[in-house]
Amino acid sequence: MSKITFAIGGVHPDDAKLSRGCAIEVLPLPKTVYVSMAQHLGAPAKPVVAVGDKVRTGQVLAEPGGFISAFVHSPASGTVKSIAPRKDIIGNPVPHIEIEVEGDEWAEGIDLSDTLVTEIPEDRNAILDKIKACGVVGLGGATFPTHVKLNPAPGSKAECLILNGAECEPYLTSDFRIMLERPKEIVVGAAIMQKVLGGCRTVIGIEENKPEAIESMKKAVSGLPYDIEVLSLKKKYPQGGEKQLIQAVMHREVGSGGLPISVGAVVQNVATSLAVYEAVQKNKPLITNVLTVTGNCLPVERQHNYLFRIGVPLDYIAEYAGGIPEGAAKIISGGPMMGRAVACMDATTVKGSSSILYLTHESTKRWTETSCIRCGRCMDACPMGLEPYLLNRLYKAGDVAALEENAAQDCIECGCCLYSCPAGIPLLDNVRQAKGLAMGAIRARAAAAKAAAEAAAAKEISKTKED
Amino acid sequence: MNSVVIWTVVVLAGLGLVLAVVLYFVARKFRVEEDPRIELIEKALPGANCGGCGYAGCHSFADTAVKAADLSAHFCPVGGNEVMKQVSAILGYELAEKAPQVAVVRCNGSCAVRPKLNVYDGAKSCRVKAFYSNVTGCPAGCLGCGDCVEACEFGALSMDPETELPVVDESKCVACGKCVKACPKALIELRNKGPRGMREYVSCRNTDKGPVARKACANACIGCGICVKTCTHDAITLENNLAYIDFAKCKLCRECEAVCPTGAIHGVNFPKPLDKAAVKERIAARNAAAVSEKGGEK
Amino acid sequence: MAYLVSQNPHIHASVSTKRLMLDVIIALCPAVIVSFLFYGLSEIAIMAVSVASCVVLEWAITKYLLKKPSTTGDLSAIVTGILLAMNLPPSCPLWIVFIGAVVAIGVAKMTFGGIGQNIWNPALVGRVFLLVSFPSFMTDWTAPAGFISGVDAFSGATLLGQVSVLGAQEADKLVKLQTLFHNIGGSAGEISALALLAGWVYLLIRKVIKPWITLSIFATVAVVAGIFHMADPASYTGPLFNLLTGGVILGACFMATDYVTSPMSTWGGVVYGIGIGFIVMMIRYFGSYPEGMSFAILLMNTAVPLLNIWFHQRKYGRK
Repeated sequence: MSKITFAIGGVHPDDAKLSRGCAIEVLPLPKTVYVSMAQHLGAPAKPVVAVGDKVRTGQVLAEPGGFISAFVHSPASGTVKSIAPRKDIIGNPVPHIEIEVEGDEWAEGIDLSDTLVTEIPEDRNAILDKIKACGVVGLGGATFPTHVKLNPAPGSKAECLILNGAECEPYLTSDFRIMLERPKEIVVGAAIMQKVLGGCRTVIGIEENKPEAIESMKKAVSGLPYDIEVLSLKKKYPQGGEKQLIQAVMHREVGSGGLPISVGAVVQNVATSLAVYEAVQKNKPLITNVLTVTGNCLPVERQHNYLFRIGVPLDYIAEYAGGIPEGAAKIISGGPMMGRAVACMDATTVKGSSSILYLTHESTKRWTETSCIRCGRCMDACPMGLEPYLLNRLYKAGDVAALEENAAQDCIECGCCLYSCPAGIPLLDNVRQAKGLAMGAIRARAAAAKAAAEAAAAKEISKTKED
Repeated sequence: MNSVVIWTVVVLAGLGLVLAVVLYFVARKFRVEEDPRIELIEKALPGANCGGCGYAGCHSFADTAVKAADLSAHFCPVGGNEVMKQVSAILGYELAEKAPQVAVVRCNGSCAVRPKLNVYDGAKSCRVKAFYSNVTGCPAGCLGCGDCVEACEFGALSMDPETELPVVDESKCVACGKCVKACPKALIELRNKGPRGMREYVSCRNTDKGPVARKACANACIGCGICVKTCTHDAITLENNLAYIDFAKCKLCRECEAVCPTGAIHGVNFPKPLDKAAVKERIAARNAAAVSEKGGEK
Repeated sequence: MAYLVSQNPHIHASVSTKRLMLDVIIALCPAVIVSFLFYGLSEIAIMAVSVASCVVLEWAITKYLLKKPSTTGDLSAIVTGILLAMNLPPSCPLWIVFIGAVVAIGVAKMTFGGIGQNIWNPALVGRVFLLVSFPSFMTDWTAPAGFISGVDAFSGATLLGQVSVLGAQEADKLVKLQTLFHNIGGSAGEISALALLAGWVYLLIRKVIKPWITLSIFATVAVVAGIFHMADPASYTGPLFNLLTGGVILGACFMATDYVTSPMSTWGGVVYGIGIGFIVMMIRYFGSYPEGMSFAILLMNTAVPLLNIWFHQRKYGRK
C-alpha cells in the first residue's frame, strides 16, 4: 500500500477500470472528418488551407492564433470541403475544417515505422520547435500547448518533471493501456522533456491500482539509459490533479494563483510524453490519441480502447463500438468526476478527447437538493482545503469580498464536494460561479492597479518632460 | 396595596424618567448634522430600499442627490415621475420626466414550440445552466430556471410551469432592472409601458440564420425582414438575423405583428384582438395605392 | 433520445442524509434496548411518544405552516425523538414528553428554518425547557419495574444527586466499574455507558463522526475532575465518577457530535469539547444543578459560530 499521496482532502470513488483488459484497437477513418480549430487552451488556431485544397495526413491545417496556441494538422488525406462553425460537445459553435476523406496518404518527412529511436537531439531549441511544429498539447485534459510549458520564463527553473500516470478518474483506462503497450516511447519522451528542462529530477507517478503499468514502466526505465524514477501513488481522487501531484511528489504547494513552475515543478501526462516522442523522434504531428469507450451500462466485451484520429464524429465512434447502450442516461466525454456531459453527439474528437462514457440513470441522476446539515464532508473532501458549504452560502449572499477571502478562486473544479454531499446540494455548480466572481474581482483590481500604475508612469514622464 | 408594589412602580417610573431625560440630551449633543433636505427627500421616496435607482438604498439616493449637481443620474423607478417631481421641488433642480417602463421578457420559446434536445440535470440556476447552449436548439432562449424570479424584490415575476417562461405582473413591476441584470441571456429589457399599457416587441433574441432558428423554435424570429418593410414609422431594424422594435418610435399600428410569419412579434394589452386579415388587406391596399400613385405621376 | 446534461461531477457517493441519520439510530439502539430492559413498558411508552410526536410535529409544521414538502424522510426527527427520550427520567408523564417534543422540534428546530439551520441542539433545548418548567417531574428518578431487575431504585436523585447527600467520597465508592454496565439509576441515557460507547464506536467505524469532540470532552472532564479530586477528595468527586455518571457519555458521544450544532473544523471541535468538559465540571462542583451536561452543551452551541470563524482547515498553498 503506497503512502505517497496528497495531504489535503480527496475522495475514493470506485475506480471501475472495467476496460483495463481492452487492448488498443485502431479506429478506421469515417468518410468525412471535421477538425476543430479550438482543440487547445488559448487562442483558436487560424486556418491556412482554403476550401477545395487537397491535403495529406499530417499536413498543417491551421497555425497558432497567438502566443498560447498550437498548430493543427490534418488527420486524413482528402479535399477540404468547408471551413464553417460546427457545434462542439457542449453545443457552442466553433470553426471546423471539413475534409472529405480520400485514403490515408501521409505528408512527407514523417517516420511511420515502429523502431524505437533513443538518440535525443542535442539542441534544446530545436526540440521545442519540433514540439511546437507538431502541435503537441497537454493530453491530460487541459490541452495547454506543450512547447510553452516546457519553456519556462527566464528566472524560473524546473526542479522536477512529474509524469502523470495517475489516471485517477474512474472508468478511464487509455493512459493505462499506453503505459502497457508503449512504455519505452513514453520513457524516451520523458527523457526528451527532461533534457529540454535542463536535466532535472524526473518522476513517473502511477496510482497503485495499476500494478501492471507500474511494472511495465519500471521495466522500460531499467532498459534505457535515462535517470527516471517510477513512483507508486496511493489510490485517491484527484491524485492526478497537477497541484495534488506536486504536493505528493515534491512536498511543495503551489501558491494561490501561481503556476507549478513557481515551485519548480512541470507536470505532463504520459500521453503527452508519447506525443512528444512521436513529434521529436518521428516528426509525427499530434493527430491521434487513445480514447476509452466504457460505462456501467456496457458489458466488458463491448468496451474498447481506440486509437482515434482527431475530427471523427462521436456518433461514428459510438456506432462503430456497437451503438449507444440501452440503459445509457448520460454520455460523458472524459471521466465521471471532471468530464463534460455531451449535449451534441455529432461533435468531433479533439486532441484531448479521452473517453465516451455511458452512465446509467441510477448512477448519474442528480439528487434532490435538501438543506445543508453542516456535516463538513465537503470540507473534508476538498483537495484544496476550501470550505464549499461556506462558499455556497456566501455565493447565495453575493458577498464577493468574503468569497475571495475564503479562496474561492483556488477551486480546481474537481467535483469532490458535490460528490460527497449527503444533502444533494449542487455545490460545485455554485462554487464555480463563486470562483468566477472572485476571479473577476481579482482581475478587476489588477487591471485597475495596472491602469493606475500606467497613469502614474505617464504623469512622471510628462513631468520630466516639463522639467 | 402592597408597599412593595408601590415602591417598585415608583422606582421604575422614576428611573424611566431620568433615563429619558438623559437620552434626550445625549441625542441632542451627539446628533450628526445632516443637510435637512436629505431627510425630506428620504421621506418623499417610497422607502423600499430596492436599489433600483442604482444606489444602496433610499438614504444613499437622498444623500448623493443632495451632493449632485443635477438629477441626471437619479431616478427612482419605484416612485416614478410623481416622486421625482417632489425630489426636484425639494432640490430646486430640473426634472427630465421619464416614461414609465416595465420589464419585458423577450422570448416566446415555450415548451410546446421549442423542443428539448437534452435534459438538464444540474443546479436550478440560469447562470449555471447557461454553460450548455444545446439544451434546446436555440442558444439564445430562456433557460427557465428562474434567476429573474429570484432577483425580483417586488414579486413581479413568476415562472409559468406549462410554458417554462417567466411572466411579468405589470401591476407589481417597478422597472428597477434587477431581473435585467440577473438574466444571463440578456432576454429581459425595460421597455416603455406605452399608452394604457399597450406595447409591441419582438419576443426573440436568436441571431442564428432563419432556417436554423425556425428548426429550434417555431416562434423564432427568422430575420425575414417583412416587418421592417411593412413598418411605416421606421421603428424596426434588422441586425444579425434578428428584428428589433424601437419603443420610442413605435406607433402601435400592429402591422408588423400581423405580417410576422412566425408570430415572434407580440402585442400586449390591446383592447381588441388583432384581425390579421383586415390589417394585411389594409397594407395591401396602401401598397397598391402607392404603386398606382407612382404610375400616375409618370 | 434526449440525454442528461449537467456540469461535472456526474457521479455521487452513496452516503445521504437519511443514511447518516439511520446510522445514528442504529448506534443508539444498544442503549435504547438496555433502557427498555431495565425500565420496561414505561420507557417504551416514553420513547414511542417522543419519537412519534417529533415526527408528526415536523410533518405538520412543514406541510401546514411552511407549506413545503415534508422533511421527515431524512429521519432526523426520529433521532431527536430518541435523544429527547433518553434525557428524560423513566417515570416522566407522557404529556410532558409531548411538550418536550413541541419545544424541541417546533421551537428549537423549525423556527430556525428546519434541519441544518438551528443553533442549539433541539433535544437538549426540549430537555432544559422541561427541567426548568417541571422541576418536580424531571427530578423524580423512581425507577419503574423493568424486565430485568438490578437497578437500585433511588426514590430521590441519581448518583449525581446523591453526591450532596452522601458526600463525594462515598458516592465515589458506589461507582466502581459496575456502573459501566447497569447498576445506577438515572435517565435512559445514563444507565448503560457500555451500550452507549458501543454505539459511538459503530459511528466511528461507519465514518459518521470523528472522535475529536468526544475525546476532548472525556479528556477535559477527566483532567478537571482529577485536579480537583486530588486537591480535596472529600469535596470533589473523581474522574471516573464524573465520566460515568450523568449525561457525560450520552452527551459527548451523541449530542455534542451533532453536525448542525458543532464546529466544522477539527481544532474548533477540540476547543468546543474542552469548553463543554470545563463547563460541565464547574456546574457539577459549584453550580446548584446536579447535572450540567445539557447546559454545558447548549452554552458551547452558542459559541460555535464564533469557533467557525476562528478555526478553519488549512488551505492548500497557505500556512
